[in-house]
Amino acid sequence: MFTTVTMSLFEGFLGTLKLFSLTLLFSLPLGLIISFGSMSKSPIIRWPIRFIIWVVRGTPLMLQLLVIFYGPGIFFGTNLWGSGDGGRFTAALVAFVFNYACYFSEIFRGGIQSIPKGQYEAAAVLGLTKSQTFFKIVLLQVVKRIVPPISNEVITLVKDTSLARVIAFYEIIWEGERFIKSAGIIWPLFYTGAFYLVFSGLLTLLFGYIEKKLDYFK
Amino acid sequence: MAILEVNDLKKKFDNTEILKGITFSMEKGETLSILGSSGSGKTTLLRCLNFLETPNEGTITVNGNCLFDAKNGPLRDGDLREKRLHFGMVFQQFNLFPQYTALENVTLAPKLEGRGKSQEEIIENGKRLLEKMGLGDRMNNYPHQLSGGQQQRVAIARALALRPDILCFDEPTSALDPELTGEVLKVIKELAEQHTTMIIVTHEIGFARDVSDKIIFMDDGVIADEGTPDQVIDNPSNERTRQFLANYLK
Repeated sequence: MFTTVTMSLFEGFLGTLKLFSLTLLFSLPLGLIISFGSMSKSPIIRWPIRFIIWVVRGTPLMLQLLVIFYGPGIFFGTNLWGSGDGGRFTAALVAFVFNYACYFSEIFRGGIQSIPKGQYEAAAVLGLTKSQTFFKIVLLQVVKRIVPPISNEVITLVKDTSLARVIAFYEIIWEGERFIKSAGIIWPLFYTGAFYLVFSGLLTLLFGYIEKKLDYFK
Repeated sequence: MAILEVNDLKKKFDNTEILKGITFSMEKGETLSILGSSGSGKTTLLRCLNFLETPNEGTITVNGNCLFDAKNGPLRDGDLREKRLHFGMVFQQFNLFPQYTALENVTLAPKLEGRGKSQEEIIENGKRLLEKMGLGDRMNNYPHQLSGGQQQRVAIARALALRPDILCFDEPTSALDPELTGEVLKVIKELAEQHTTMIIVTHEIGFARDVSDKIIFMDDGVIADEGTPDQVIDNPSNERTRQFLANYLK
């Protein structure tokens, strides 16, 4: 029984991993773009972006999932996401990417704004272009500063993926819960915790390693 | 011909006029020190020369080429970079790039610049400059592994690596412990002896008297007094200069 449960939970965990990794892949670069928008000198760009960040950070992710999944059908009468599991996955991914991009953008903004003005001025008097200044001088210093808060968000994301159940996205909790109905046992549901723990443990090690790698400068 | 001519330079922040019309010139190979109390506008003047601030009025001419004329409006980014390279800048807070070694700090800009030089030449030149600064054994250290005085000497080498026409220092020893100022001043003095063209904003009056060919005393956004060290420091004619010096010599 234990082996059967473990194997099917692994299968559920693949769904979790898929949502987790694709969310990261898209939300990190999108977050960087949003952070530039929220720091833009033009108020026409800056204020709408800050408004969106406020809405996304100020409402529950579970609610955002529901609105994004059911919204197009209810308000526009169109099934934007397509039918079946593929549609549910796409809708969940869009909600997660958007939500996490907004959180990441604030971390990026904090990191970029914490770089002393003197670094930009030193680069300027040495004749560096704006993009050289960002990529050669600023970026690595920003990365070093934001590794701890990013690692926090990433570990939260591992667990947040379970929220996608609300639109019937198939992941590990879904799989664990199935055993209650099919076999009348609850321990598989509790057992899913071990998967989360091991995975977030691995991520903690990975981020610890990155932090250590960047320890060569202050 | 003067290497630098500054004519009627004015700079306002909001409604406060920090520079109220600065005119001076200097010759190639000269060392010019700018003295004055805090808020007199000396740092702003230096920042205008490096185009870290855009003057509201006036002109800046180097080697007979007019680099900046406020009448023509602000400079475009590409122009700005080109024109900045006539000036080198050493900051009070060093502003070294923490993720690069001393040598990388010195070679980074020349490498990005290109200027038809090979990587080896650039690295050789960087090493030579750091050796000249007495940092031959510190080239591969990161800034946080260096003392303030060493960091500032790396910053001087970094500025020299681009061979600026005029090297500017913004209070280069103000962020240093007293026992570390000597090593930085010694290096600047050596540069003066080799006739590097330099503008030094400083509070080290004794040092300024020692190394300068010319001294400018600024007060409240104008040049209150200028001349040789002998004229300005030893026999000040201006009442405000006398007060300032008296405060320092107490």
